[in-house]
Amino acid sequence: MQIEIDGRKAFAYTAAHALDPAKPSVVFLHGAGLDHSWFGLQSRYFGHHGRNVLALDFPGHGRSDGPPLASVEEMAGWVARVLDAANVRTASLVGHSMGSLVALECAARYPERVERIALIGTAYPMKVGEAFLEAARRNEQGAFDMETIWGHAPKAPLGGNPNPGMWMYGDTLARLGRLGPGVLHAGLKACNGYAAGIESAAKVKCPALFILGERDQMTPPKAAGSLSQAIAGARVVRLPSGHSIMAEAPDATLDALVEFLPAPAAVK
Amino acid sequence: MSSPKYPGFDTLALHAGQSPDPATGSRAVPIYQTTSYVFRDTAHAASLFNMERAGHVYSRISNPTVAVLEERIAALEGGVGAIATASGQAALHLAITTLMDAGSHIVASSSLYGGSHNLLAYTLKRFGIATTFVRPGDLEAWQRSIQASTRLLFGETLGNPGLDVLDIPAVAAIAHDAGVPLLVDSTFTTPYLMKPFSLGADLLYHSATKFLGGHGTTIGGVLVDSGRFDWGKSGKFAQLSEPYAGFHGMDFEDESGTRAFLLRARREGLRDFGACMAPMTAFQILQGVETLHLRMPRHVENTRKVVQFLAAHAMVETVLYPELPGHPDHELCRRLLPRGAGAVFSFNLKGGREAGRAFIESLRVFSHLANVGDAKSLVIHPATTTHYRMSDEDLKKAGITAGTVRLSIGLEDCQDLLDDLERALAAARRAAP
Repeated sequence: MQIEIDGRKAFAYTAAHALDPAKPSVVFLHGAGLDHSWFGLQSRYFGHHGRNVLALDFPGHGRSDGPPLASVEEMAGWVARVLDAANVRTASLVGHSMGSLVALECAARYPERVERIALIGTAYPMKVGEAFLEAARRNEQGAFDMETIWGHAPKAPLGGNPNPGMWMYGDTLARLGRLGPGVLHAGLKACNGYAAGIESAAKVKCPALFILGERDQMTPPKAAGSLSQAIAGARVVRLPSGHSIMAEAPDATLDALVEFLPAPAAVK
Repeated sequence: MSSPKYPGFDTLALHAGQSPDPATGSRAVPIYQTTSYVFRDTAHAASLFNMERAGHVYSRISNPTVAVLEERIAALEGGVGAIATASGQAALHLAITTLMDAGSHIVASSSLYGGSHNLLAYTLKRFGIATTFVRPGDLEAWQRSIQASTRLLFGETLGNPGLDVLDIPAVAAIAHDAGVPLLVDSTFTTPYLMKPFSLGADLLYHSATKFLGGHGTTIGGVLVDSGRFDWGKSGKFAQLSEPYAGFHGMDFEDESGTRAFLLRARREGLRDFGACMAPMTAFQILQGVETLHLRMPRHVENTRKVVQFLAAHAMVETVLYPELPGHPDHELCRRLLPRGAGAVFSFNLKGGREAGRAFIESLRVFSHLANVGDAKSLVIHPATTTHYRMSDEDLKKAGITAGTVRLSIGLEDCQDLLDDLERALAAARRAAP
C-alpha cells in the first residue's frame, strides 16, 4: 500500500489485504538499512490471520521516498502520521533493532494509540562503534559488511537458512546495496544518539515483550536489561539466534508474537 | 570489536548451507530421500502452504538436501539465494519463463552451447519468445538489438566453443540502461574463476553437471539471483510486481524486492514446470563442490600446458584460448579472469575431416564424449555433435569449422595428456590428404 506522508511516498506491506477498521492492527518497524520484508514470514502470518498489517518501509528505505529521518523521535512521529493516514486508531507495534526503539518511543508518546509493543533484538543505549558510523558516513562497503556480519549469529554463514535456498548474508547485502547514500548512516546515528530510552520505558503502560537473540553480536541480551527492567511487567523471550532473529529463528519468533498479540476474537 | 571478516571461499565450499544434522549429528549432508514432510497440525500445514512459516512441504518445491546445495552455491556466488534444477537447461528455462510471456524478446550472444541456442532459436520461438543473436564482443549490436519487448540479455561467461569472453561490465550497463537484467551462463568459469555478480550480472546459472559436480556422474543445474535488480523500478516485469492470481494474488515485489525473482521461480516455476533436482543428485554435486577450490587450479594448470603444447604444434592451425595473446579477447581475459580462462577450449586442426577423425580415434587417455568439466579429459568434434543442428551460417558465427576440436582438460598427469595428444596429432598428420 502506498501512502503519502509529509508529501512523500511511503510504502506499507499489508499482506495483500485491505485495511478493515473492525480488525486489530499490527505495525512492523524494521532496523537500520533494512525494509519491511525483514518481517516477511511474520507479517504475512498476521495479515492472513485476522489482523490489519502495516509492515512499513521507513523513509529512504525499501520503497519509501527519502530522505531518511534523523532521530528515533522523528521516526516515532512519522509512524503516528502513518497511522493517521491509514485511519488506524490503535495498533500493536513490533520493532526490530532501530525499529524497536521507535516502537518504545511511540508507546511512551502515544499511549492511547499503542496496544502492545514487541521489541526484537533491542538494547539501550544502542551504541554504534565509531568505525562503523564513520564507514557508513562515507558510504563504504565496509559498513555494509559490518552490518551484515555483526547482524547475524557467528555461525550464520555456515549454518543452514531455515528459508530453503536462501543465503542470509547475500540477502542482507543486496538490501543494503539498494540504499541511497547516507541512509544507513542516518539510521545508525539515530540509534546511537537515542537518549530517552529509560525515561520513555518508564512511561510505557501497555504490555511489552522482548525477543532477544542469545548469539546476538550487535545487541546482546544483557544490553536490553535496563529497558526490560524499566517497563513494568515486561516479558523476555530468548532465542538461539543472532541479531536477525526474524530470519534466523523465524518460527520461534512467530510463536512468541502469536502468544503475545491477542487473537482477534479476544480484542475488544 | 575487531573488523568483521567473511569466511573464505574454501571454507564456504565445504560448509555453507549446512549445520550438522540436528536429528542425528551427521557431519556429512544427509540425503533426505523423501517426497514430503509431516505437518505438526493443520494450522502448521496451512502456514507452510501460505509462506508464513519456513520449511518444506513437497520435494518438488524444496528439499533439505537440495537446499544445502542451493545455499552453498548462492554463498559462493554472493547471491541472495538459488534454485537447483534438473539440469543446466532447466535452470535457463526457469529463468526465462519466470521473467517472460509470449511476445517477450531476448538479446543473446551467438556463442552459446548448442542446446541453449536450440532453446532460444527454435523451441521458445514456438511459444512466442523471440531472440536476436549478436556477436558477444559487438557492444553496439547488443545495444542496437534491444526492442521495447526485450526482457533479458543473455550470454556465457566464456562463449562456447571459441571462448569469447563476455564483457560483463559493458553488457550489464547496456542491459541496465534498458531496464532489463543480464543473465549469464557461468558453467565454464565456476565461482572459483569468476564472480559475475561482482562484475554487474544480475542472474546466473550453472550446468552443475560440469565443474561443480566435477566427476561426470550427475546431471543438474543451479539458478542464482544477485537480488540487486530492481524489478519494480524497471516497470517491465509485471510477473514480479503485480498480483499473481496463480498464488492468491501475491505481488512478489511487495513481499520482498530482493527475493521476488526466486519466490516466483520456486512457487510457480518449480511447482508448475517441475524440473526440480533430486536429493541424491544434490548430494553428489555437493561432493564435487567441496573440492572445487582444489580442482579448478589443477584444471587450469593442466590446460595452460596443453594450450602451449598445441599452439606450438605443426598440425594445429589455431588454438582458441583467451590467455593466448592472439585471442581477440586476450585483454578482456586478463581483466576479468585473472585466475584462468577455464579448462574447456577448442583448436582447429589442419587436414580437414579425415585428420579430425584420425585424431579423435587415436586418443587413448582423452574420452570421446559429449560432456565437459569432468575430472577426466574429454574430446569432441562440435560440428558433428554438440552443434550439429546449427546451420553453416550459425556455425560460422559461433566460430566453428570442420576442423574444430573441443577439449576439456582433466586432472590427469599432464605429461600423459601431452603424450596422448602427440600420438593423435601424428595419426592426424598421416591421415591428412
